[in-house]
Amino acid sequence: MSVRAWADIYATHIRIAIAEQFQYRVANYFYMIGMIAEPIIYLVVWSTIARQQGGQVGGFTPGQFAAYYIVWTLVRNMNIIFTPYGWEERIRQGELSGMLLRPMHPIHTDLGYFAGWKFVVIVLWLPLAAVLAFLFSPDLDPRPIDVAVFAIAIWGAYLIRSVNYWILGMLTFWTTRVGPAFEIVFTAELLLSGRLVPLSLMPDWAQQLASVLPFKWTFGFPIEALVARLPEEQLLGGLAMQALWIALGSIGVAVVWRIAIRRYGAVGN
Amino acid sequence: MTDRPVGREPLRPVRLFGLYLRVGVLNELQYRANFAIQLFQSAIALGTGLAVLALVFGQTDTLAGWSQPELLAVMGVHVLMGGVIGTFIQPNMVRLMGDIRQGTFDYVLTKPEDAQVLVSIREVRFWRAVDIVIGGVVLAIAIGQLGGGVGALDAVAFLAALVLGAVMIYCFWMLLTITAFWVVRMDQIVELFEGVYQAGRWPVTIYPGWLRLSLTFLVPIAFAVTVPAEAVTGRLTAETLALAAGFAGLLVVVTRIFWRLGLRRYGGASA
Repeated sequence: MSVRAWADIYATHIRIAIAEQFQYRVANYFYMIGMIAEPIIYLVVWSTIARQQGGQVGGFTPGQFAAYYIVWTLVRNMNIIFTPYGWEERIRQGELSGMLLRPMHPIHTDLGYFAGWKFVVIVLWLPLAAVLAFLFSPDLDPRPIDVAVFAIAIWGAYLIRSVNYWILGMLTFWTTRVGPAFEIVFTAELLLSGRLVPLSLMPDWAQQLASVLPFKWTFGFPIEALVARLPEEQLLGGLAMQALWIALGSIGVAVVWRIAIRRYGAVGN
Repeated sequence: MTDRPVGREPLRPVRLFGLYLRVGVLNELQYRANFAIQLFQSAIALGTGLAVLALVFGQTDTLAGWSQPELLAVMGVHVLMGGVIGTFIQPNMVRLMGDIRQGTFDYVLTKPEDAQVLVSIREVRFWRAVDIVIGGVVLAIAIGQLGGGVGALDAVAFLAALVLGAVMIYCFWMLLTITAFWVVRMDQIVELFEGVYQAGRWPVTIYPGWLRLSLTFLVPIAFAVTVPAEAVTGRLTAETLALAAGFAGLLVVVTRIFWRLGLRRYGGASA
């Protein structure tokens, strides 16, 4: 297929997602408010500690924590992808059969659709961010290069997470008891991505572990790109690491998909 | 047809609940492997919670006046209450939302029992009760670490606070669910609740004023988790407990009124 055809396909998925999700504004808002509870909790806990310790902990002041966790809310929303739990229904109800009839890899449907949803989410997020900024007075003063890298990095994060959780979700082709495996990955992600706390607050061994895993490139890196005034080489190096993980994940999707799809008839209908 | 008074048999809802409980338990006992999975997931959640506590207390000795064992007690109550919610409350609410959306709520209305009672008791996720046990164990360990033990009066206050908290969480969940009569697609609400419920992992006193008030009266997590935890850490006053009782009563009444409004809305929408 030509580049033009691909662009058309993606544009169509994105348009459909925007039209569809915008109808469910209230449901989307509930979802986003539920999501915002999590970073507010972290923010309050760590700001309290920072204040108790005389104004900062691990190099973060309450204002910097506020910036970190408010930016977190956008990054978290960018990181919404097709849930690995969704594969069970796809396989059990035979939805996948329809997807297989299309002349392209089914991951493009998910990538396009969820990318479109992001535009709705970002519009809905802006007022929430304004309220949060008013409540918690973040200390945020990014340079143009920080903003530029952030704008790319949130989409990089989206792609890394999409391909990784596609691979994980495909476990469902082999077993229906996927919950425990998913939970392990989710927990590792929570602890080693910068989602729970900025990684600099974690013990050294955890930071080292995080540096060889993909998770920090989906949470910690995009957030820090905007809030932490990283040196230029770290910003660009981070984008390169994101590209590397996207490439690895894409290869993973291609390989696992090819093996997994052979099992489809056996589990499905 | 719908809100038929229970009348001369005040214990009928309790008997019905017993019946649904038995069916629910029998149903889940067929899937023993799910018990292992639940145990595993609860263990992971517990491990994560402990890791967070360790991170916090790696940096400080107390958090807003709460020591490490005291926060462990809060966590125990949080897990325990989460188990109660996951076993008895949430599954019913999720099913009700589905019924309203798909129109199968009609089947509830045709039964000769109060509809609110029915929709509140018909689902039991027995294996989630693992969290009730784990929460209890964490709480017991915390009390052991605190050293002072818990007096009989405190124990009674703790149980009372726990029951009142569960009632309030039920009402809150019910109020959220009832909005499905107006806003049809509510599947995200589970995420909303679970997100907000996480706030209960910490005593509400650490939150800024506006948030503390919201977590007390808007989403009654303060009453459900912090207040019972206060009972076992010797912080609970009689006034707080009385406030909890009064607020629980108020919520029950409001929920009932809102439920009737919702029912009227349903009739108009589906037929």
